[in-house]
Amino acid sequence: MRRRFKLCGALILLAGFQSLILLAGFFAPYTSTAQDRRFPFAPPTRVHFFDAKGKFHARPFVYGLKNDPVDFGAYGIDFTRVYPIRFLAAGAPYKIAGIFPAHIHLLGVEEPGQLFLLGSDGYGRDQLSRFLYGGQLSLLAGLIAAALSVSLGIMLGGVAGFYGGWLDNALMRGAELFLALPWLYLLFAVRAALPLHINQSQVFLLLVAVMGLVGWARPARLIRGVVLSAKERTFVLAARGFGASDRYLLFRHILPQTSGVVLTQIALLIPQFVLAEVTLTFLGLGVGEPLASWGSLLSSLQQYSVLSSYWWMFLPALLLVPLFLGYYIAADALQERFKSVSL
Amino acid sequence: MAKVFEWVRAASFLLLILGSPACLPAAPAGTGEELMVTENPPGRAGGRIVVGLRSEPKTLNPVLAADDTSRDVIRCMTSDLIHISRETLKTEPALAKSWIASRDGRQYTLHLRHGLRFSDGQPLNADDVLFSFRLYLDEKMHSSQRDLLVIGGKPVEVQKVDDFTVRFDLARPYAAAERIFDGLAILPRHLLEETYRSGNFAHAWTLAAPPNQFAGLGPFRLREYVPGQRVVLEKNPYYWKKDRAGNRLPYLDEIVFLFVPSADAQVVRFEAGDTDILSRFSAEDFAVLEREQAARGYHLYDLGAGFEYNFLFFNLNDLASKGHPEITRKQSWFQDARFRQAVSAAIDRESIIRLVYHGRATPLWGNVTPGNKLWIDNSLPHPAQSLDRARQLLQSAGFSLKSGETLVDARGTPVEFSILTNSSNAQRSKMATLIQDDLSKLGMNVHLVSLEFRAMVDRLLNTYDYEAAVMGLVTGDADPTPEMNVWLSSGETHLWHPVQAKPATEWEAEIDRLMQQQMTTLDYAKRKRLYDRVQEIIAENVPVICLASPNILVGAKDRVGNFRPAILDPYVLWNIEQLYVR
Repeated sequence: MRRRFKLCGALILLAGFQSLILLAGFFAPYTSTAQDRRFPFAPPTRVHFFDAKGKFHARPFVYGLKNDPVDFGAYGIDFTRVYPIRFLAAGAPYKIAGIFPAHIHLLGVEEPGQLFLLGSDGYGRDQLSRFLYGGQLSLLAGLIAAALSVSLGIMLGGVAGFYGGWLDNALMRGAELFLALPWLYLLFAVRAALPLHINQSQVFLLLVAVMGLVGWARPARLIRGVVLSAKERTFVLAARGFGASDRYLLFRHILPQTSGVVLTQIALLIPQFVLAEVTLTFLGLGVGEPLASWGSLLSSLQQYSVLSSYWWMFLPALLLVPLFLGYYIAADALQERFKSVSL
Repeated sequence: MAKVFEWVRAASFLLLILGSPACLPAAPAGTGEELMVTENPPGRAGGRIVVGLRSEPKTLNPVLAADDTSRDVIRCMTSDLIHISRETLKTEPALAKSWIASRDGRQYTLHLRHGLRFSDGQPLNADDVLFSFRLYLDEKMHSSQRDLLVIGGKPVEVQKVDDFTVRFDLARPYAAAERIFDGLAILPRHLLEETYRSGNFAHAWTLAAPPNQFAGLGPFRLREYVPGQRVVLEKNPYYWKKDRAGNRLPYLDEIVFLFVPSADAQVVRFEAGDTDILSRFSAEDFAVLEREQAARGYHLYDLGAGFEYNFLFFNLNDLASKGHPEITRKQSWFQDARFRQAVSAAIDRESIIRLVYHGRATPLWGNVTPGNKLWIDNSLPHPAQSLDRARQLLQSAGFSLKSGETLVDARGTPVEFSILTNSSNAQRSKMATLIQDDLSKLGMNVHLVSLEFRAMVDRLLNTYDYEAAVMGLVTGDADPTPEMNVWLSSGETHLWHPVQAKPATEWEAEIDRLMQQQMTTLDYAKRKRLYDRVQEIIAENVPVICLASPNILVGAKDRVGNFRPAILDPYVLWNIEQLYVR
């Protein structure tokens, strides 16, 4: 019972997080590239219910920002300007899931007020909006790469385990080679070999392809192990005795037994590949400005001045913690569940 | 700044113009040494300071050194004949106590100080000077200084008049002739002639060479080199300057150059007190360090605009023989001056200053920075960002908006190009990001590509495989002449279209003429008029879209005495012999 609760909890957390990101356009107050050059590195905007006189307002509001005339880059609060937060406000146009045009945002304040709930970056772009839009790119990269590497893993691991012999040997030695491959350098090499100006979607595909192609080895080895033991199970032997074909045996009896491993691997690989995207973009190999991804959000922290001056630049990293935790709890719960089933 | 003067007038000229009594040639001392007296407040002898270097010097050989860090170290170990004072930006006597220029500006006679010694105790005479110039002028050495010594297509001729007098003959009158001596280290013939003769000079004075193989005329000499960690220099007991009180300089016993590889690490080490002096850091780091200033006992200085100018430019090379059909197609936009003017008009320079430099920079509309007060053309217009003007210019050049958001040319091709920057320079990448956003408002689709610096330079100067780039240059001197290789159409750093056989456009031909003319004109006012015209042509035709000139930012611990930073490189160590520990 507790186990099921754990899995459900993790899945609800993930579904919530994922839908926030899928509907980034709605939840983000701004677009990911809108620059407000008046306010680079503005701290998170405080939302108020009580005004300066202590009067309560049912509708929350924010105060305007003003540049500190003496201390460059510091901001004061302009108490004379009050911007009530508007719900379901019209704003910059966006597309839901890249298809349906819309322009309603969950939250918004009237221009020239600013709503930087996670602060702004060095170009005056809203960090929350960039986090949500960036998630679309990073999560998609993680999902596609995980799907790619797991399907490769099922295919190659299944074949290797089922047929054994020289095929098994060749595939598994190949997998070891891939495990030993310094994939970061591989990616550097691939990027250097490509022409200078490749567009952002090509960069994205390249990232996903390299991560997926390099990542198949580990799931393949696990699946091979499961297949090896599964093909000796009595009911499989019985089916074989009745004259079932290899194809039938593989798809009907053996591969279904790997579903536990596959699901667990997917839950483990997605956060791993999301992190890989973050790392690669951090090192300048990912998508470039002005597109947002979680990696590009964190890459500004490479500079000592940003690291030591603007604490809100860490917030995107903190927000990733519950997401990764969700995936790992799900992986854990899945593993336990399938372990008990197979016993 | 008159360059022609006769012998009789020479002395008074030096007194008047070279100005600061800091530089008066000293009367011969008792030992026959003609030491120079400096005007700085006398300091305390002893102690050492630690300075961070961005990378290990590649060599300590002044003839071969081409990188900044090598030169920073070499500068402390060597001296030149005539020096540019970093304080006044004018020439002052150094190893040469005085000089005379002939009336036609083609002959310079330099008189050396008597009784000077190298740091190994051996005396200096005219033969060392001749030997040094032979090295710089030797084509096989590929010395980067050689270009400066080739005037009017011919190398400078050097002749010995007597043991302490040397004559230089120039093929053509040369306005900035005295200034070419700055930074040309005089080398010891007694140590190096043998190696030079045997053809091994390229391997002489590497970092691995033992300290006793070195000798120079600078305030310091090599003590030790620890690979990967530091270079330590010690006081040169034979140095040729003394202070007002008669103390021989330098004051410091030792100077330690620590290798601190990244810009951030340099800042952290300085903040932690590991290094005493910091230069070449960003405005963001300035803001970080400023907070701790009082508590940690150091002081930061914003010296205002220096000589660095950053700009955007387009690939205008003739690519017929190079391939790159894609770029050739886009060049029909780049070659239209109206397109470049539109880009320039659309760029929000004020935002660059605020967002990239935290306000510690000056916006630029011309190629001369406000730090270069003698040569900037102050009459150039400073138009504010205007998208409307940009749109008008684009419209007049045949561009139009498709479906309200994409800019297309007359043939209907969408305007899309990439801007190259070097990944090591965060400021330039940030500028490019702002420009990208500005140009997107005109409907241009701009991509950013950042490359490692050498890969970028290779594309700019060799393969021409780029569309546009954001770069910066630092003028080496407060004079237009070192910029010749940038503005002459035949120049190797004529970035947008280097090494042209003959000028590709009329305005480039005019710049060529003006630059040649200013080089051989000796009257400052006339030269200024010529160079003003060059600046106007560049501002009109915008082959480079000038963006910003960052302020020179430096810092030093309070315990460093006589710290007087300057806006000309080297910003902080130019008076290293006068620095002391309080």
